[in-house]
Amino acid sequence: MNDMRLGDRAKQMDDTKIRARGVNVFYGDNHAIKDVDVDIADRMVTAFIGPSGCGKSTFLRCLNRMNDTISACKITGEIKIDDQNIYDSRVDPVQLRAKVGMVFQKPNPFPKSIYDNVAYGPRIHGLAKNRKEMDEIVERALRRGAIWNEVKDRLHAPATGLSGGQQQRICIARAVATEPEVLLMDEPCSALDPIATAQVEELIDELRQNFSVVIVTHSMQQAARVSQRTAFFHLGDLVEYGETGTIFTNPEDSRTESYISGRIG
Amino acid sequence: MTDIPEGGAHPQQDGPRRGSLFAENPRIKARNRAEKRFRAYGIAAISIAMAFLCVLLFSIVKNGLPAFTQTYIQVDVTLDQEVLDPDATGDPAVIAQKTTFSYAPLIQAALVDRLAQSGIETEVTPDRLARILSSGAAAQLRNHVLANPEVVGETVEFDLLASSRVDGYMKGRVTREALARDPNLDAAHLEIIDALKAEGSVERRFNLDFITGTDASDSRPEEAGLGASVLGSFYMMLVVLLLALPIGVAASIYLEEFAPENRFTDLIEVNISNLAAVPSIVFGILGLAAFIQFAHLPASAPLVGGLVLTLMTLPTIIISTRASLRAVPPSIRDAALGVGASKMQATMHHVLPLAMPGILTGTILGLAQALGETAPLLLIGMVGFIASEYPDSFTSGFTDPNSAMPAQIYEWAKRADPAYYERAWGGIIVLLAFLLLMNIVAVLLRRRFERRW
Amino acid sequence: MSTFWIVLVVLAVAALCFVLARRRALSAVDGDQRHLHSRPNYYGFSAALWAAGPALIVLALWLALQPLVVDRSVRPLVLEEDRNAALVMSDVTRLAGGIDRAIAMGGLTAQEARGLTADGLRDRLSDFGTALASEVSPGVLEAAQRYRTIEGRGALLRSILTIGLAVGLGAFALWRVAPGFRARTSVERAILGALIAAACVAIGTTIGIVLSLIFNTIKFFGLYPAADFLFGTTWAPSFGGGSSLGILPLLWGTLYISLIALLVAVPIGLLAAIYLSEYAHRTVRAWAKPMLEVLAGIPTIVYGLFALLTVGPLLMDVFGPGGALGVRWMGGGTSVMTAGLVMGIMLIPFVSSLSDDIINAVPQSMRDGSLGLGATQSETVKQVILPAALPGIVGAVLLAASRAIGETMIVVLGAGAAARLDLNPFEAMTTVTAKIVSQLTGDADFSSPEALVAFALGMTLFVITLILNVFALWIVRRYREQYE
Repeated sequence: MNDMRLGDRAKQMDDTKIRARGVNVFYGDNHAIKDVDVDIADRMVTAFIGPSGCGKSTFLRCLNRMNDTISACKITGEIKIDDQNIYDSRVDPVQLRAKVGMVFQKPNPFPKSIYDNVAYGPRIHGLAKNRKEMDEIVERALRRGAIWNEVKDRLHAPATGLSGGQQQRICIARAVATEPEVLLMDEPCSALDPIATAQVEELIDELRQNFSVVIVTHSMQQAARVSQRTAFFHLGDLVEYGETGTIFTNPEDSRTESYISGRIG
Repeated sequence: MTDIPEGGAHPQQDGPRRGSLFAENPRIKARNRAEKRFRAYGIAAISIAMAFLCVLLFSIVKNGLPAFTQTYIQVDVTLDQEVLDPDATGDPAVIAQKTTFSYAPLIQAALVDRLAQSGIETEVTPDRLARILSSGAAAQLRNHVLANPEVVGETVEFDLLASSRVDGYMKGRVTREALARDPNLDAAHLEIIDALKAEGSVERRFNLDFITGTDASDSRPEEAGLGASVLGSFYMMLVVLLLALPIGVAASIYLEEFAPENRFTDLIEVNISNLAAVPSIVFGILGLAAFIQFAHLPASAPLVGGLVLTLMTLPTIIISTRASLRAVPPSIRDAALGVGASKMQATMHHVLPLAMPGILTGTILGLAQALGETAPLLLIGMVGFIASEYPDSFTSGFTDPNSAMPAQIYEWAKRADPAYYERAWGGIIVLLAFLLLMNIVAVLLRRRFERRW
Repeated sequence: MSTFWIVLVVLAVAALCFVLARRRALSAVDGDQRHLHSRPNYYGFSAALWAAGPALIVLALWLALQPLVVDRSVRPLVLEEDRNAALVMSDVTRLAGGIDRAIAMGGLTAQEARGLTADGLRDRLSDFGTALASEVSPGVLEAAQRYRTIEGRGALLRSILTIGLAVGLGAFALWRVAPGFRARTSVERAILGALIAAACVAIGTTIGIVLSLIFNTIKFFGLYPAADFLFGTTWAPSFGGGSSLGILPLLWGTLYISLIALLVAVPIGLLAAIYLSEYAHRTVRAWAKPMLEVLAGIPTIVYGLFALLTVGPLLMDVFGPGGALGVRWMGGGTSVMTAGLVMGIMLIPFVSSLSDDIINAVPQSMRDGSLGLGATQSETVKQVILPAALPGIVGAVLLAASRAIGETMIVVLGAGAAARLDLNPFEAMTTVTAKIVSQLTGDADFSSPEALVAFALGMTLFVITLILNVFALWIVRRYREQYE
């Protein structure tokens, strides 16, 4: 698997999906993100790593404007997706979030059936013309979420009754169902046991085929396993960004080295 | 992975797969319109609620403020010795034998003189002239004479209470047309008032008696006051405070700190939460059947009212007290237990003092709720023309028949005279002022002692 | 000896026991506290509690039960009087009190009192400040004498028993004081007992409510057929007899008014709660929430007056004869609409604060999940939050309904007095609560069906609200547990 990934790395270096320049985030008086520039490639997994409170999740939430829901949060700088600034006044965050999906730290299925969970996004965005199309969308999403075989016989059972790992894969399927271009994942495995984690990690690798995936993780091993590129955040600064292999084997910055070798964390 | 879609079922285009972020598609437009509509519903709901509040407060203030002023008419009354003390004894006991009937002619004569003096012509016959004054004016005169027997035989200037119709005319409530069918007063009377007013003998001024006075009979709204029922409420609140606070705190301590998890505790919990939602009138029925019919406690007494309101507010106080106890972190208990205190000592010495501000806040709010409660009081007889005297002593304050502020307001609202409506609104202002005061105290208490763990 | 003095003596004994026990405990260890099991004060409290506790409990029980015993023994003597037994009994007690007072003021010796005759007794007693309504009949006098004898004997026994108990148990407690005696444990056990007793007041209240409703309801059904009460469609009480007391028109009025109240309160309260918790800026919330709470803190009598004097006339101006709409739907200011509207206003803060709690209990992750998929806020509210919160909201609405059904002052003042089965919401109708008030206030004779029906109405009200409350609380609790 790793060999294949090394091959991919060389192939898709130039294809930038998201371009962030001079991004600053303030929570009231707290300067959470300090002047971050980053380019995120299409059809690749980018990992954000760093110690807790370093701003990696905050930055992730800037990418689909989820921080808008927090009134104390203020953002400057520009983030462009396909050369369009998402903080432009003409942009509707709702439309943006349809394009940039998100999976959260804790599995958060709605208290509805599995089917309704997955169909929720397509329904609000009007992606299906009729019942049959919706069934197809749901099935496709569940297959992509690598959970179709486990749930196909109980699509109308409540999603809250599934195990944690299954719930998280339902949430991924739910995010995939709206056909986003970018998929943001905020520590998607932190609430899961090792087996479920392995399943989700495998799934992330599959998703790279169709989406640009950004994953926040505090597990360096996970970053090394799933990502092609890695960004290291520390105290709101983007310390180092580059090929995952390089970051983990030959970091330029001493802070990155300290973190990777486990001296800070 | 077996779940992979066959042959990448989804078309894989290059570049942006969706439209530009800057171009709103029609669906998004429609959805955003729905969003705006929904938001507008929310704003509308809040505005309607606020509008109701404003209308309510406005009508209270507009209708209630006039109750705090009253019209007085200045008249020089000759306290004729022939009538009051024919034998010139100067003995207060002799003068006291004259009833208010003896004073009525004096007032009539004084009014006739007053009109003659100012040259006011009127078609009102002298015997109907005194109707511009309160029927309590004679008593006012008599009380003055009894207090100062030496004035008999002199001419004294009095500020006599105007009748409620005249008062209403001064406040704009009574019009000439409205008097057409009124047996008590004619439009001609109002001409007199206008003339006297022009001379400055009719005056509207602040009326402390409304707040401190006693209830008056149906025909004398101008004399009715809230004072006795304020005392009734006060004694009831005293009973509630003395019973509900200790019982409520004790019950909460037991439930929160000591109660084992068993059926019995569940039973108590279910009882408390249900009692909190039982209609207040049912507590009135309980008070009537248990305290008055069964235990033979005096009807209409603030003591009984207090007992009923205690039972009614206990659940509220228990619920808030338990919340305060729960807010004290377990580490405090552990610390006390760790140095060898018994559970009781840990609770009494540490948890309870720390929870006290919260308990007091909850108790004050419970008292405020009890103060405004009316329905149960109607059933135990605290309504009707009973707040007509002040209690004689502290103990009789608990046992003598009395009303309470809200019950007095209800009583006034039932009397069909608009002058009493005005007093009911005024009573509400007084009641709300008390409630506001209690709430402010509770808020200050909370602010002053609030502790974040 | 009067109760006051008994209590005083008992307390004095308890205080004495406190001092003695404390001293005894200290002297047993030669003043060195460390050898005692508990702090010295606990020995004192323990003895004092032994002395005062049981004695005061016995006294209280005695005081509660003696009137019943006396009544049972005196009442047969006056049964042949052809008047209301309760009235005769009050004559008896007043007469007995008058004789006692006369003795206390020195106008009678105890000897004379025993040989009193009925003739002229009224005048003699009036000299000592006791006004009797009528001349004393020999039967009443005899009953009064019996009453005095039993009361006197009871008072004597009471004093002896109570004080004896205090002294005896106090001495016992003193005897038990020893360094190894676990005084603190015994005191704490007593306090715990008091705490449990306080907690049981809630149970006692419920039992009291149920008993007072049941006994009087049974009495009522003895005088008036239950079927006629439950299924009768006319309500026409007349105190002269021949009333028809059917509950259906009252229930109809109650439900109709509650329905209108809920139609006003639920949409406004719910939307206000949604707006405040999902949309409103912090400063707006900081203002609007307390304002709504003001509505909740206003006593119901104020709403009643508001209905009677402001809203009623206002509705008349619109829907009444000569009103703005030119319709003649409304005959008077009091109507179902008036009461329902005002009750709805009263319930807005109730619904909104309950809904607010419930909406806030839906985890933030649900909102994030929905917004992250590109849902608008209103779609999130309508399709995720509300369905998730639905059970809780249903519970809140049921609680509001129970409030509306039990509300009294607004309907007493705003709904009218006529019991009617009608559909026109501008017609005056009346409710269960309003009729409870009207049947039990005034100089009603509490043994007539017209007054007793109020207890049957109360029973109905209690049962309906109880079912609603239990159901609603159960739903709300289950809902809360779901997210805990």
